[in-house]
Amino acid sequence: MIIGEQKPLKEICDILEGHRRILVAGCRSCVAICLAGGEKEVGILAESLRLHSDLQGKSWEIDEVTVERQCEKEFVHDIASRIEGKDAVLSIACGVGAQTIQAMYPKVRALPGLNTSNMGAPEQPGIFLEKCGGCGNCVLHLTGGICPIVRCAKSLLNGPCGGSQNGKCEIGKDTPCAWEEIYQSLKGLGRLDLLEANIPPKDWTPSRSGGPRKIFRPEAVMTEDEKQLRGQR
Amino acid sequence: MSQIKRVIGYCCEHGAIGAAESAGVERRQFSPEVLIIPVPCVGRVDVLHLLQAFREGADAVFVAGCLEKNCHHLYGNIEARKRVDQVKRILDSLGLSGDRLELFNLASNQGREFKVSVDVMLERVERLGPNPLGVHR
Repeated sequence: MIIGEQKPLKEICDILEGHRRILVAGCRSCVAICLAGGEKEVGILAESLRLHSDLQGKSWEIDEVTVERQCEKEFVHDIASRIEGKDAVLSIACGVGAQTIQAMYPKVRALPGLNTSNMGAPEQPGIFLEKCGGCGNCVLHLTGGICPIVRCAKSLLNGPCGGSQNGKCEIGKDTPCAWEEIYQSLKGLGRLDLLEANIPPKDWTPSRSGGPRKIFRPEAVMTEDEKQLRGQR
Repeated sequence: MSQIKRVIGYCCEHGAIGAAESAGVERRQFSPEVLIIPVPCVGRVDVLHLLQAFREGADAVFVAGCLEKNCHHLYGNIEARKRVDQVKRILDSLGLSGDRLELFNLASNQGREFKVSVDVMLERVERLGPNPLGVHR
């Protein structure tokens, strides 16, 4: 899932300067799980902004809404009536959600209230860890299900560096060495032989080397005939 | 500051309310400027309850739950501590001062400590001045 965290309240207030009718828009998907942009966080942020407005005499009109998935047009379409008449939408979904709102409602400013950080998972309640770098060329089958691209500080593909001490990374005593974890995982799986395989220099072309990546699923792409029969979506 | 202060106290029915009653039984008079709101557990006090109290003009708010490691509902007072800290950060960001909010842990026989807690909040209001949103003045 996508992990993000809310911008500092003061920064959000600065971003909203010059707008009066504001809709705080959250998302019930990833950012709700990482406690950054779900319905609960929308309520708290909206009330904080109302308090700021009252204290500063700004007369802001703060409305709030939470969408099932802010990255999907079908769901964002449902809040058209809530967006109508607003000067700005403060999105506390990930950057994808904010961009979806801006694309669908080009006359209203979509402003980010959240910093999108990474793709990861909850480790413990309130602690979220990056797990995937979205490099476009997965090697988890060779590394015991642990990603060396993001979980190794140097993204090393063939074993640890000299900074690995007692299972910890040299960047901090709370950061496990990814290659120690890979070793333990492969040992548990009885596949230490995979450590003998040499992983060649990584092909980064499926990563961020060619602009925004676009993926086609031919079985889902609508043909022109289909668009006429089913309607444009 | 001579104006009437408005302090809201969310008090746990299992500990702090008993402490307030003990204060009364012990003839420890505390200020009538405090509005006590009994709650079944301070774990029920939400961030929004605290923010809304300030938006409605409260000069200070306190949350009084059971003693640490002695919560009637096991961990409600721990939840309350985290929420109070969260709202303190928000109040500091907004320039209203997190000192206007505090959490106290009280047992039902701690009448003296209840009165001290109330006095602490009143002293803070004296120091910080009234909430600019107070509409009663």
